[in-house]
Amino acid sequence: MRFTEEHEWLRVEGDVVVVGITEHAAQQLGDVVFVELPEVDAMVAKGDEVCVIESVKAASDILAPVDGEIVEVNEALTDTPGLVNEDPQGDAWFFKMKVDDLSVLEDFMSEDEYKDFLG
Amino acid sequence: MVPFAGYEMPVQYPMGVLGEHQHTRAAAGLFDVSHMGQVILRGPKVALALEALVPVAVEGLAEGRQRYALLTNAQGGILDDLMVANRGNHLFAVLNAACKADDLAHLRAHLPGIEVIERDDRALLALQGPRAENALSALLPGVAGMRFMDVANHDWQEQEIWVSRSGYTGEDGFEISVPKARAEAFARALLAHPDVEPVGLGARDSLRLEAGLCLYGQDIDATTTPIEAGLGWAIQKVRRAGGAREGGFPGAEVVLAQLREGPERLRVGLLPEGRAPMRAGTPLYTSPEAREPVGQITSGGFGPSLGRPIAMGYLPAESTGADTEIWAELRGKRLPVRVVPLPFRPSNYRK
Repeated sequence: MRFTEEHEWLRVEGDVVVVGITEHAAQQLGDVVFVELPEVDAMVAKGDEVCVIESVKAASDILAPVDGEIVEVNEALTDTPGLVNEDPQGDAWFFKMKVDDLSVLEDFMSEDEYKDFLG
Repeated sequence: MVPFAGYEMPVQYPMGVLGEHQHTRAAAGLFDVSHMGQVILRGPKVALALEALVPVAVEGLAEGRQRYALLTNAQGGILDDLMVANRGNHLFAVLNAACKADDLAHLRAHLPGIEVIERDDRALLALQGPRAENALSALLPGVAGMRFMDVANHDWQEQEIWVSRSGYTGEDGFEISVPKARAEAFARALLAHPDVEPVGLGARDSLRLEAGLCLYGQDIDATTTPIEAGLGWAIQKVRRAGGAREGGFPGAEVVLAQLREGPERLRVGLLPEGRAPMRAGTPLYTSPEAREPVGQITSGGFGPSLGRPIAMGYLPAESTGADTEIWAELRGKRLPVRVVPLPFRPSNYRK
């Protein structure tokens, strides 16, 4: 698993990248009450706002961590946004992306590096 | 912790906003509202004197009773909303934190011969929820006999505790004024009760929003009148047209005319039809195509007891009928919103 400075995690599953938010991010957000997912088949560029996530405290965005195509979204989050707090690094993945070159993931932090980043 | 009117205040405690909200509805939540202004008004005919600044009947408020009041400006706008209690030889007012400096100056400037004493030597706690009476009466047995909007003094460890049976959540509950030096000990004694959990600003906001209660600076301010805000119920007959003490408060012409003819705009409850919470500032339109907004959301978010987003805002009077369909623009999309009566949830006051 790899981690971004925006507190997303990335996991390779076959030829796609699964994206979610970290435990730390879920804890900081507080109880999540709304998730808006991107459209399947959408082509996105690194840094695009692809999801809206609203907690009882505030609204925030999830950015596309790399360029690619959205191939699947986790519809369960629409009906049960609280899943993000219950299992952020497991069942509460947000979307899957197809990318040209999986090696781009190597630019992101490892788990140990992310822990150091959190301090 | 977040800054709020010059105070550092917690958004949530470890239980989290949703948990604190549900706990307050099911048991009892403890709020530290010491940022609010506590003020004594004392002097000859103080109740009549205060009526020169508020559209409500203060004269005639029985000893040991409290009433919701509004300070108005010359345009009929709301300078602050407050609670006023008759405590026998004086009035006791509780003011909003962000307004208290202006309020004190306003009261001192316009109430000649009346002493205006800020009691910043006292902290203010609120204990709210169906188990509030049970928990508070363990420390102050006398509170069990109080009704909604009663005020009374009770003793705790040789300290005088000023209690009102009121609050800002739509639940039964109490606001409790405690000498500062003993406030922490009193709060810890309440928290030791199994029914009581501490509650932060986040749940305070969702609780009051479900109860349809206004937040000053957001739902009401110097540009909204009591009538536009749907607070006409706070203006007793005696201060209305034909009453014995008709008018006589700042902006009375405007407010009484709106009472007579109806206001041009009105605060309403709004139910977003989807799942997306709509927050303050979201513009409102009469159709998906309309170019100009007709109003905006002044408070909004997720209502934990309703399990859905809820909001309040101002709309032109002709668009305020129940079930009118309105469109809110969120992230560039027009989404349907339905006008509903307030509150979103019936209140549980101990009348």
